[in-house]
Amino acid sequence: MTDTVLDVRDLRVEFPTRRGLLTALDDVSLSIRRGEILGVVGESGAGKSMTGLAILGLLEPPGRIAGGEIHLSGDRIDTLPERAMEAVRGRRIGAIFQDPLTSLNPLFRIGDQLVETIRLHTALSRDEARARALSLLKEVGIPAAEDRMDSYPHQFSGGMRQRVVIALALCAEPELIVADEPTTALDVSIQAQITALLRQLCTERGTAVMLVTHDMGVIAETADRVAVMYAGRVAEMGPVDEVVRRPRHPYTAGLMGSIPSLRKDVEELRMIPGSMPRLDAVPPGCAFNPRCGEAGPRCRREVPRIAGPGAACWLEREGGTA
Amino acid sequence: MTRTDAILEADALERRFDVSAPWLNRVLERQPRRILRAVDGVDFRIRRGRTLALVGESGCGKSTIAKLVTGLYPPSGGRIRFHGDRDRMQMIFQDPYASLNPRWRVGRIVAEPIRTLRPETGDAEVEARVADLLATVGLSPGDAVKFPHAFSGGQRQRISIARALAGEPEFLVCDEPTSALDVSVQAQVLNLMKRLQREFGLTYLFISHDLSVVRHMADEIAVMYLGRIVEIQPTADLFARPLHPYTRMLLETIPDLESPNRARKPMGGEVPSPVAPPAGCSFHPRCPLAMDRCRSDRPTRRPEILGGRVACFAAEGATAR
Repeated sequence: MTDTVLDVRDLRVEFPTRRGLLTALDDVSLSIRRGEILGVVGESGAGKSMTGLAILGLLEPPGRIAGGEIHLSGDRIDTLPERAMEAVRGRRIGAIFQDPLTSLNPLFRIGDQLVETIRLHTALSRDEARARALSLLKEVGIPAAEDRMDSYPHQFSGGMRQRVVIALALCAEPELIVADEPTTALDVSIQAQITALLRQLCTERGTAVMLVTHDMGVIAETADRVAVMYAGRVAEMGPVDEVVRRPRHPYTAGLMGSIPSLRKDVEELRMIPGSMPRLDAVPPGCAFNPRCGEAGPRCRREVPRIAGPGAACWLEREGGTA
Repeated sequence: MTRTDAILEADALERRFDVSAPWLNRVLERQPRRILRAVDGVDFRIRRGRTLALVGESGCGKSTIAKLVTGLYPPSGGRIRFHGDRDRMQMIFQDPYASLNPRWRVGRIVAEPIRTLRPETGDAEVEARVADLLATVGLSPGDAVKFPHAFSGGQRQRISIARALAGEPEFLVCDEPTSALDVSVQAQVLNLMKRLQREFGLTYLFISHDLSVVRHMADEIAVMYLGRIVEIQPTADLFARPLHPYTRMLLETIPDLESPNRARKPMGGEVPSPVAPPAGCSFHPRCPLAMDRCRSDRPTRRPEILGGRVACFAAEGATAR
């Protein structure tokens, strides 16, 4: 497949701690094609941000990739030395984080930060880079972009800052953008503007986007496909419409049912009993089995895994009993 | 609604903050005083045993109203009348991490309102009541000896709720009570809050930015924009027939799980600074229906127009025709 931009196979991330080895990501496999948005959704601690950080080569020690492979347009990147990875980051993979201020230097003008980044990753002259920076700001929808080039980050609103961060991520025309909760800190009306912008860039430039979020609504409206994560593993993967309308994993179904509806009246929201296990207490077999109403002996014994579309669930695979 | 069944009434409520530069800067740079009108003339009533929700984007003044109602801020104008027992008003905050004393055991945290409200209560009785309250919110009585850090976010919010219940409240102000929680945990907390309302006849002032949560919880919804209530309607009516263009915009922009719309055209513009709000209707720069009058006059909610449900000249005109 030539148009596969990101290919993650059996990715395993471990954290050695005093109390033993924690497995933060356990055989995560996913891929994103050119011009496609893959949503990665899950609750806190499910491993969705960890997956993004591992791809960006930004795992905090002692966290380390203990297994699996990450390929970017056919090139293996998880084994690259730090210096080479620095070049990949920014040039081939852009990053957008929840808080735009983590990506912007408060002491420098927006225009200078863009020019600096463009010149770092391309051979453009200062003037060419400035022209490019200006066109990027226009492309991400900054009004009066010429005047705003000389503004500092604090002079922008939250939504405008996130637009600048997106422009920054686009500087070197990366093949892949990893966006970790890019709209979480924003108000709903601004959130819609930012997700529309991401979709537009994806379509127009063919950039592959990995959209990490806890918000199923954002995923439903923005992503093409979705991977639902639970306790460091992919629980379900598939086209967004299918996963949202006909969730196949009991966890996904529970998650959908727990979101208050904008259309239907329910007295009680569906509840998943208990909570997600901590990484040092993931049960044997399917990580969801203690909270699953239908778990059978096999669910408590063997880990169900998926590498493609479908649900990592023995019940689903065996037609109701396991 | 008769006046007597309202537990709380706010009339022309105002809260201003002085956000001016320091005196010397003002003198040297010839800057005027800058006043932020966080809450700018707000009226609402909450009926006993019901839930009124305040929704709006950041900076609309909803949390300031929570603080005015609970008395954490004095109003700068207008007034709040509470027809209940002031000691039986409690508050639940967004951040269950910040609102629980990390050095106190859960038992002491939950017992505090009991000891304040009824100092004569004996230790054994307090302990039994705490165990009871923890069970009510779905925790174990044995959790009383633990410290807050031993609990997850959802469990900490349950502790906050147990503490609030310990004060035998009739009225609860809930400021974004589930915004910091994961959706599955949010469902647990919302179900708990609804159950408690049924069992104890509680009244809620429920503040949230999340329209789907508000739809699930509230009997009536007030939509706020730049310190004012632009629309207030019973929940079903608001979703079926939103009257204010801002409400319609909000309803159109929130992602809808049941019928996702990728082609959705997001509303342009942003909320202006509350320090220098636009003249007339503060929503007019973003409003597709804005007329000349909207730029100069400020619309108000009047009982004779659509039952006082909306502050909008365009909505008034639409019904007149």
